[in-house]
Amino acid sequence: MSDYSADEMMTIAAARMMRNGASCFVGIGLPSAAANLARLTHAPDTVLIYESGCIGTKPNVLPLSIGDGELSETADTVVSIVEIFTYWLQGGRIDLGFLGAAQIDRFANINSTVIGDYRRPKTRLPGAGGAPAIAANCGEVLITLRQNKRAFVEKLDFQTSGGHMEGGDSRERMRFPGKGPTAVITDLGIMTPDLVTKELTLTSVHPGVTVDAVRAATGWNLKVAAEVASTPAPGATELSVLRDLQARTAKAHAGQN
Amino acid sequence: MAAILRLDEAIRECVHDGDTVALEGFTHLIPFAAGHEIIRQKRRGLTVIRMTPDVIYDQLIGAGCVSKIVFSWGGNPGVGSLHRLRDAIEKDWPNPLAVEEHEHAGMAAAYAAGASHLPFGILRGYIGTDLPKHNPNVRFIDCPFTGEKLAAVPAHRPDVTIIHAQKADRKGNVMMWGVVGAQKEAVMAAKRSIVTVEEIVDDLNAPPNSVILPGWIAGAVSEVKGGAFPSYAQGYYARNNAFYKQWDNIAKERDTFLKWIDEHITGTKDFAGFMKSIERVTAHV
Repeated sequence: MSDYSADEMMTIAAARMMRNGASCFVGIGLPSAAANLARLTHAPDTVLIYESGCIGTKPNVLPLSIGDGELSETADTVVSIVEIFTYWLQGGRIDLGFLGAAQIDRFANINSTVIGDYRRPKTRLPGAGGAPAIAANCGEVLITLRQNKRAFVEKLDFQTSGGHMEGGDSRERMRFPGKGPTAVITDLGIMTPDLVTKELTLTSVHPGVTVDAVRAATGWNLKVAAEVASTPAPGATELSVLRDLQARTAKAHAGQN
Repeated sequence: MAAILRLDEAIRECVHDGDTVALEGFTHLIPFAAGHEIIRQKRRGLTVIRMTPDVIYDQLIGAGCVSKIVFSWGGNPGVGSLHRLRDAIEKDWPNPLAVEEHEHAGMAAAYAAGASHLPFGILRGYIGTDLPKHNPNVRFIDCPFTGEKLAAVPAHRPDVTIIHAQKADRKGNVMMWGVVGAQKEAVMAAKRSIVTVEEIVDDLNAPPNSVILPGWIAGAVSEVKGGAFPSYAQGYYARNNAFYKQWDNIAKERDTFLKWIDEHITGTKDFAGFMKSIERVTAHV
């Protein structure tokens, strides 16, 4: 296979996780790229839903914001914000939530609110948006972000959205409607929660990445599966569809289209 | 019936120092022109509500109009941080800013409750998040029928809600389409309302369901062509992504921000004047 970047590998690995025909609530940024790549490759019947109320949207270019005109113009239906968060999300109609994050911990709880103290933050991030409701209510959740020690932390500065909480059956005991994160896809590999302890476990590394490199990019003593798989390298179609999508997107957002 | 007013008259009449104001819009149809006029008229001590405060709230905060923000996601969509919002939270500039932070589902429930004139909104939410630790307005109740633990938030009841829509007629019937956000609920939750529109026409020729606010519910209606710029108005103009990117540089430092406000907002008479003053910026996009 020809050259590809770590970010491309991450997006492609995340896209492969999406089941054709699933209803998927998509966050902006990396999740949006992966979800649309899935729709344009192996999962054409995936129903993409953005929190701006666009349901069954088929954007030709990736949206810069969660409510771009491209999303509403290509949607099956557009509903109000009140409706999307009640009938659709709290109503338990969404199979899969797809989120990004600034920080994640070993139980896949995530932070997108502040770095540092809440009242006197070192860095104020945009905040929760729809993420807590997506993380709580979707049937299952995928998380994608770049892996390094600033992002993969022993302790979150702020818990914005719940993953497996304190591990074990703690999420079940708190009666979350959905079963929570089932995979974390990064630029280095894929982690899935242990069936019993729910602690993230490295199950696959991307081509050219060592287990030690993933450990070194993780702020806790990362659990590693007895047998770690090697993620298949991007296929020619996956790469060309992703690159075409990103080229169309760059052109449109530069205002030339 | 709605009053057809000039925007400066509508703001003078409806928005007072110390008011709680919601300028709603979810990426689409953001009422920028109305926000600018609030800055021109130097309102102070406002509590501002918005699910997704973006560049217009950054401008209001940096210009010193705001003392409290109630929100669930604050950023420059697709670009990054709001530097003026961050400077106010992190360094109290130009004044301290109180923060009441929610998740989207909670804000939506609070608007729906406000529109219904109910005391609180209810949701299956705020589960697994630290937000309730910092926001005493998020509480939990047991469902009286099933015992399920649910979250409750007090209704939003703004003194005034301001939105931008595509079209109105001379009776103030308002037509809006595309991403409609929480605008209808926000208007119906408010004591007063201002709707700016792209155009006021004699006859809307409205298909069924497309008038979201009948004229007797809308308060003031003002025609402001392009009034959602740099956000978009579906059917009229696209989002000006270049401006959102440029805003990152303008707002990064206090002096460049103040110079921009002086030159383009307080230094112009109205929104048409503002658009003319930034022609250089928009000419190539």
